[in-house]
Amino acid sequence: MVENVKELIKAHEGIEYEVYLDNENSTKVPYEIIEEMLPYYNKQGYGNPTLTHKPGWEAFEIIMQSAQKIAKFMGAGIPEEITFTPGVTEANNLAIMGLALSKRNTRKRIVISEIEPLSVLHVSKMLEKFGFFVSKIQVDDEGFINLEKLKETVNRDVCLVSLATVNNEIGTIQPIKEAVEIVKDINADTIFHTDASDAFGRIELNVQNLNVDLASISSYKILGPRGIGALYTKEGLEIERILEGQIGTQKLWPGIENTPLIVGFTKASELTFQNFENKIKNITGLRDKLKEGIFERVSDVKLNGPGNEKRSPDNLNISILRCEGEALTIELSLRGVYVSSGSACSRRLLQPSHVLVAIGRKFSEAHGSILMKITRTHKKEDVDYVLEQVPKAVNRIRGIVGSTGVD
Amino acid sequence: MDLQELINISRIPLPYSQKVIDLFRNPKNQGKMKNPTVIAVAGNPACGDMITFYMKINDQEVIEKITFESYGCAANIATASIVTEMVNGLNLKDTWKELSWKKVVEEVGGLPNVKSHCGILAVGAVKRGIRKYYQQKGLVPNWIPRGLTSEEKQALEEEELAEKLSKK
Repeated sequence: MVENVKELIKAHEGIEYEVYLDNENSTKVPYEIIEEMLPYYNKQGYGNPTLTHKPGWEAFEIIMQSAQKIAKFMGAGIPEEITFTPGVTEANNLAIMGLALSKRNTRKRIVISEIEPLSVLHVSKMLEKFGFFVSKIQVDDEGFINLEKLKETVNRDVCLVSLATVNNEIGTIQPIKEAVEIVKDINADTIFHTDASDAFGRIELNVQNLNVDLASISSYKILGPRGIGALYTKEGLEIERILEGQIGTQKLWPGIENTPLIVGFTKASELTFQNFENKIKNITGLRDKLKEGIFERVSDVKLNGPGNEKRSPDNLNISILRCEGEALTIELSLRGVYVSSGSACSRRLLQPSHVLVAIGRKFSEAHGSILMKITRTHKKEDVDYVLEQVPKAVNRIRGIVGSTGVD
Repeated sequence: MDLQELINISRIPLPYSQKVIDLFRNPKNQGKMKNPTVIAVAGNPACGDMITFYMKINDQEVIEKITFESYGCAANIATASIVTEMVNGLNLKDTWKELSWKKVVEEVGGLPNVKSHCGILAVGAVKRGIRKYYQQKGLVPNWIPRGLTSEEKQALEEEELAEKLSKK
């Protein structure tokens, strides 16, 4: 198997230019972030932050400063509201399972939407085995949650509502503030969690303004290192730990804090929010250029998700009809353009992306979907290169498809 | 959607062989054929996997020419391409007896387990084509079993499942 992968990588020899657009699934970490992290491996703060010696106190100091900064960037009140977790998957699991555990003897209904990320869908599904009930709110053809349905669904039994602020696949910016108001109007005790990992660093996000109780964010989604994320837990809200072990500086997540990753995450946040408006303007400009360029050059393309300002500025998700997604990702890869697809083949499943199916895309449309995300490191030349390669790649794949597979 | 199904499946990388990538890049016998004797199809767009074979069969029941079109992943394209090379010039009886999905997988230098069905689909399509040829002639030889072969069956099951799921 490893031999095969070596050959696959070798097949890319001779590529002169590369553009990485699969920032949904992992990102390149800019060097200045790594530089910031390095000293914390062996020069300072490499100790355990709960222990009484200099390297420990240095770790404690930088972790507290980092929590303070992350809290500020999220619009949280105090640093104690931030729990660093190994990623957004863990943050979502902690929020949902931790809250459910604390309410297990009283209220047992959880409300989510049908397009939540898998770390929300799967943990909710898992809780069903332990006697919880999960209701899924439908979305419209652009991925917006149906607020009327939410109103009908939330009742006195609901302990938790979890709705992502921005959908990770199709970029839909949900009316979270309105959703929170609806939920709290019906039942002030119902806890509201939002996976904000695709909102953080893309749209204005202020957890206090939104009045959410729990919010998850992720480092890699803002070009920080993988392996670190955070959960905001509103002051006064008690949820249970889902892992047990040595408790360090944070009561909700045991184990030794990963200081270098926390430092990298914080640096990534600082870079993201420096000149924030300008950065978003650039990202939006490049995304729109990419979108318009593809629509001009390739026939039979459909945009998945909203087409206006209700779409996250970095997100482009399109369905290229008569062009299977996995084949296209490989063809593009051999041309130095790295993207992902919601096709069943690409996901190793018979069913394509649950998000695309939920917004009413036909299976054949979902199989031809491509997801691309622009970051602050992309340049105009990158988009030009992608626009040169995409039509060539699509034409080649469509050449093999011919008249077969036409719905 | 059955989430349990999702929960049980992880995303392992797809270690395609060099042969699969070569055939993906330079497929053989690709394209539509004018006036084929038989057109055989397996899969459908809902599966994300579909193969069409165009076969020219002569009076000696030999496959004189075979081409394909494929809507699907790299493994789908590669297996369809290799099948055209494997059966070109064979008579229908030998094709039926000798072509198996295991041989196809072997010929492309192995396939990741989750992609075996691409080989099955390709072989299923060819067998359907042979069956169709004799049905058109109204003369089904005794070496063709009445019941469907495993490949034909699995192609049918995949089509039905995708249809069902897509209509949910």
